[in-house]
Formats: sequence, C-alpha cells, structure tokens
Amino acid sequence: MISPDNSDLSLRRVFWITLRRDLMLAYRRRNDLISPLMFFLMVATLFPLGVSPDPEFLSEVAAGVVWVAALLATLLSMDSLFQSDFDDGSLEQMLLSPQPLALLVFAKICAHWMISGLPLTLMAPLLGVMLFLPEQGMSALVISLLLGTPTLSLIGAIGAGLTVGLRKGGVLISLLVLPLYIPVLIFGTGTVQAASIGLPVEGYLAIMGAILALGVVLAPLAVAAGLRISVSN
Amino acid sequence: MGKLLPGFAVVALLMLITGLVWGLAIAPADYQQGNSFRIIYIHVPAAILAQSCYLLMAVAGLVSLVWKMKVADMVGKSCAPIGATLALLALATGAIWGKPTWGTWWVWDARLTAMLILLFLYIGVYTLHSTIDNELNAGKAGAVLSLVGVVNIPIIKYSVEWWNTLHQGSTFSVTEAPKMAPEMWMPLLVMVIGFYCFFAVILMLRTRTEILEREKRTGWVKELVEAN
Repeated sequence: MISPDNSDLSLRRVFWITLRRDLMLAYRRRNDLISPLMFFLMVATLFPLGVSPDPEFLSEVAAGVVWVAALLATLLSMDSLFQSDFDDGSLEQMLLSPQPLALLVFAKICAHWMISGLPLTLMAPLLGVMLFLPEQGMSALVISLLLGTPTLSLIGAIGAGLTVGLRKGGVLISLLVLPLYIPVLIFGTGTVQAASIGLPVEGYLAIMGAILALGVVLAPLAVAAGLRISVSN
Repeated sequence: MGKLLPGFAVVALLMLITGLVWGLAIAPADYQQGNSFRIIYIHVPAAILAQSCYLLMAVAGLVSLVWKMKVADMVGKSCAPIGATLALLALATGAIWGKPTWGTWWVWDARLTAMLILLFLYIGVYTLHSTIDNELNAGKAGAVLSLVGVVNIPIIKYSVEWWNTLHQGSTFSVTEAPKMAPEMWMPLLVMVIGFYCFFAVILMLRTRTEILEREKRTGWVKELVEAN
C-alpha cells in the first residue's frame, strides 16, 4: 500500500485516502448498505404490532424505540467494519504501514458512520412520524442521533477491533459493546423526551457532545490496540 | 503455601465471623426497617468489592499492557469471574432487601442499573478471555476491554447525583463522618474489611491456579507436582 517514494504522505491526506477508499468499497456493495436501514425500519414496525398501536402510548415510547432500533442497527453493521479487510489481508498492511494506525482506524470509523449512522439519522423522522412522536421532539431526535450515532460507531469499533477474526465474533461484539452503549442511549432518549414536553435540551446535548469528544479522542487508540492483538492471533 | 495467603485467610475468617455475628445478632434493629436492614452487612460489602474489583482488573490490565507483566495478566483474568459473582451477589441481596423496604424486587434506578451494567461488563471480559484461544492475546484483549469499561466506574459512582432516584445515597464513606449510628456502622466496617481480605484470598488462589495452568510445561511445575 505504501511505497518508499510516497511514505511522506501528510496525515490529512492519509485520512482522506482511507476515508475515500472505504466509502468507495461501500458504494460498490450498495446492497449491504440497505440492510441496516431495513432492520431499523422493521424493528420500529414490530413495536406497535407487538405492544400496542395506540397513538398516545406510542408517542410516549417513540423516542426510546427509535433510539434502541438505531443502536441495534448500528451494532448489526459493526462486525463487518474490519472483517473484509482482515480477510483479504489489507488490515495487516495497515498495521505495517508507517502511518499511525489510530488515524487509519478513525478514517474507517468516519466512513462507517457516513454509511450507517448518517442514513439512520436521516431516516429517523420517518420513524418518528410512524410512532407519533410529538412535533417538538422531532428536531431533538435528529440532533441527538447526529451526536449519538458517531459515538455508537466509535464504541462499536472497539468491540469490532477486539473480535475481528474470531469465529463467534458477531455475538461476542454485542456482549462487549451493548453495556458501553447504555449512557449514550440514556442521554439520547432523555434529549428527545425533554424536548417532547418542552423542556430545554442544551444540557443533554452538551453531555452527548462531551461523550462524543471523549470517544473521538480515545476510541481510535483502543481500536488500534485491539486490532494489533486480534491480527497477531 | 504462599507467604501472604495464610495471613489474609485468618484475618478474613475472623473479620467475617465477627462482622456477621455483630451485625446480625448484636447490632440494634433499624427503627424504620426493623431487622430487614441487616442484609446491608452482605449487600454493601459485595457492592463495594464489585466496583473495587473492576478497578483492580483495569489496573492489572494497564500494567500488563504497558510493562508486559505476565502475572498482571493472570490477575486480570482471575478478577473477571470473582467480580461477576460479587456484582451478582450485590444485585441479589439488593433485590431481597428491596422487596420489604421498597415493596418491589427491582426498580430501574440508576444505581441498580449501573450495577447490572457492571455485571454485563464482567461477563464481556470473561467471555472474551474464554473465546480467544491464545492465552497471551486473550489477556491483552481483556486488558483493553477492561480499560475501556473503567469509564463505567465513575458513572456508577455519580449516577446517584445524575439521575437521583429511589436508591438512598451512599451510607459508607471513609472520608466523611458516617450517617449511620456507630453501633450499626462498626460491624459494617468490619464486614467490608473482611470482604476485602476474603477477596484477596480468592484472588491469590485463582491466580496461583492460573500460573500453574500456563506454566504447566516448565520444569518447576513438574517438580512441584512430583514432590506432592
């Protein structure tokens, strides 16, 4: 991947190249992009069928249902994050490259968010309408997902990095990552619920932003450490 | 026999017996909760230990990642099942205590939930250890995961203030004067110290087994086995 003559690539350039590569790979396999979105939609459909179609009840739980569905959909797409790179050996090349692994990982996570978290966020208002989410909660839902789904991708990548190459990776990843998702879920639904009853949401959003900032700084390092361990298995 | 093991074992035994008899039989009954409050002498030490154990696991993980110490690795691995048991014990005694006092086995209160998350984190680390076949890599992966999960410890600590719900505030603190009556608080202190010593004993036994297991192909283990 890196030959001696272009080993002085600037970090920013490396970031963009990795990001573009992952986005292009995702674009070539468009069908894979649809499945998490369909999953997201279906979970939200199952809920009224399983519990109650009563609009009053649904509008109360809408925030939680959309958030849980988004969380599970992100988790579903998580175990493919490093898998194909691991299978075809490009992950090992990344580990061997002179560029910092955490940066490459961060670019990959950004790409993953753009193809999973961002579409989920854009689709969320549709689910909100289906679940009778109050009008004033709608913008809070989108903003909280916009701040929360990158965190989900970052945390999920830690699990993906630790389990890549393991036989039972998929199930294990949810076991490792779901407990770590809980704070994001609590503050995410808290934002929407507060907005739905007309309370200020700045505090919630500030905490979610803080968690995201912490994740951006620390998660790539943990993922890089996890990948080095997994690849040496 | 190790050097520290008998000491800790004797102290743990004495402390636990003293604390239990004192707490369950001698300490006065609570004026509101009657005798049901006495489960505190198991519940609080288990809950404190469950959190301390995670911290120890994370510190051991850090040591094993930074200084590549094999023993730290083994301590980290031994912590996971002990911590999971303690968290489960804290949850179970909490549920039993909650029924007569709050009228319910379980509430979705921040602290209870945080303890449940702690249990999940322990199970995650334990499962990761047992899924990865290569012992060295399993140790490192577990260390990374426990360091990531250590973010959860402050959330447990501060969740009472953050979400402020049904659970009472902490009754036990080393730095502040106790809010409980001294005749109730003293046996609790004895129990907590007893639990710590007991934990040390179990941890040493597990780590020792782990060392023997990993070094089973070396000469000194074979000599040891043949000698006994």
